[in-house]
Amino acid sequence: MSAPTTTPTTVTPSTRPVRQLGDRIFAGSATGAGVLILIVLAGVAVFLIAQAIPAFTASPEELPGGRNLAVYIGPLVFGTLLSALIALVIATPLAVCVALFITHYAPRRLAQGLGYVVDLLAAVPSIVYGLWGVAVLAPASLPFMTWLQDYLGWIPLFAGPVSATGRTMLVVGVTLAVMILPIITAVSREVFLQTPKLHEEAALALGATRWEMIRMAVLPFGRSGIISGAMLGLGRALGETMAVAIILSGSGIITFNLISSSNPSSIAANIALQFPDSTGVAVNTLIASGLVLFVITLLVNSIARWIINRRREFSGAN
Amino acid sequence: MSKAVHAKNLNIYYGSFLAVEGVDIEIKPKTVTALIGPSGCGKSTFLRSINRMHEVIPGARVEGSLTLDGKELYGPGVDPVGVRRQIGMVFQRPNPFPTMSIYENVIAGQKLNNKRAGKKATDELVERSLRGANLWNEVKDRLDKPGSGLSGGQQQRLCIARAIAVQPDVLLMDEPCSALDPISTLAIEDLINELKTDYTIVIVTHNMQQAARVSDFTGFFNIEGTGKPGHLVEMDETKTIFSQPKQKATEDYVSGRFG
Repeated sequence: MSAPTTTPTTVTPSTRPVRQLGDRIFAGSATGAGVLILIVLAGVAVFLIAQAIPAFTASPEELPGGRNLAVYIGPLVFGTLLSALIALVIATPLAVCVALFITHYAPRRLAQGLGYVVDLLAAVPSIVYGLWGVAVLAPASLPFMTWLQDYLGWIPLFAGPVSATGRTMLVVGVTLAVMILPIITAVSREVFLQTPKLHEEAALALGATRWEMIRMAVLPFGRSGIISGAMLGLGRALGETMAVAIILSGSGIITFNLISSSNPSSIAANIALQFPDSTGVAVNTLIASGLVLFVITLLVNSIARWIINRRREFSGAN
Repeated sequence: MSKAVHAKNLNIYYGSFLAVEGVDIEIKPKTVTALIGPSGCGKSTFLRSINRMHEVIPGARVEGSLTLDGKELYGPGVDPVGVRRQIGMVFQRPNPFPTMSIYENVIAGQKLNNKRAGKKATDELVERSLRGANLWNEVKDRLDKPGSGLSGGQQQRLCIARAIAVQPDVLLMDEPCSALDPISTLAIEDLINELKTDYTIVIVTHNMQQAARVSDFTGFFNIEGTGKPGHLVEMDETKTIFSQPKQKATEDYVSGRFG
């Protein structure tokens, strides 16, 4: 006699694996969140493109400035990229140094305090940075900019003549650098803290000084984190509106002269300043410039991804 | 190349906690000395104090004397960085630098010493070190690949190659085989046998067969209870420790009877 007949219900083997309810809910909500992001992104893109089309098809005379779209948006793109680039060049090395100091040099108590202060900096509204830039930094930097013109004037960047108000591209760049410093510092700090002890000890046991250990173990490990942080900062600098709008009075020119009084504005600042007074095709033109900013940001992020992935084999993740 | 290590009445502290007490040990050049004992008995702490690696933990310090060929390792004005350049170390888990290629891993120590050598000399150094670690034939065609792509046993031999590339006076090994399979372990043990013709080797191991197989001398560390300092119970030739140790505690430990 077979024993299994004592069980009243016979289970038919299912070809589908059993999945817990909780597991299904989690998988569903995670997928949903991912899809939602894509929908929002696609929605923004569709809105920008649809609203920008009238500006692309309009005749040059109807556009603000009365010339073609590229002439209008070109200087704005240039100003956006230049100000963000200055900010990034100033902020990234500084942020990496601050993060290294917090994680590897400062005594624990000081490090914690510093960490909080840096995080607080990130919480200051951008309008406050803008006010600081225009009221404090601009006048204070006048002597420095005069010095740049006198001694480094042969470099086109510092050709001058120095703006009397101090409201220059250089001041914008420095203000933006202060704004993006906390985010780059915070991301770098988190990554540096995760450097495996194993690799730090490997370097130390070979007779590395603390700085050599950082160069051998911490920085290579944190490289992708530094790049991610820098790109987050760059994203903020590219899209920064109020600080740029307050400090610069843009004049639609393309110049590398960082310390003179005529400067290109940035896309976001220009939209903020022009939007209230615009109607009809002018609004579409502003949205077209917004579309350009959207594309620039996407490109910047893709390039950052590409840089990070290029040496994935060596990343330490395997 | 190889030098003798001599500890006299060495106490090792973490802050105010006395971790290891009163170690007297003499490690002769060109020998393999195994340190055995239960977990937490301070053998790894003692090993790390030889190249001052235990100072990585804040508050760690020593009292007493620890010399390398008569030169005090903890003397005033002695830079721990300099000590570590003379005394190499291999860790429990293989730790090649993941962002460096196999080639770069081997010359990492030489780069630190700022020795500018030509391409040819560097190539020779890499080959010599990798041959010394019995790894050359396995990796010679992929020196530019990341070290983290190797198997665990190969990674550990890469770490040994990296350590011997700077021609240290002493080579410390902290349970170098505990993360490896038996075949890789055998490869490392064979390697230790070859390396002792050139280097003084100190190895910490939990595997008593391994201690018996690879070492000339064995030191037994023990601890009386938690919170108490560890100490060196007995140190002698390996065959004496495993056949007729002087101390009862040693005999109990090596024969598998505890307490």
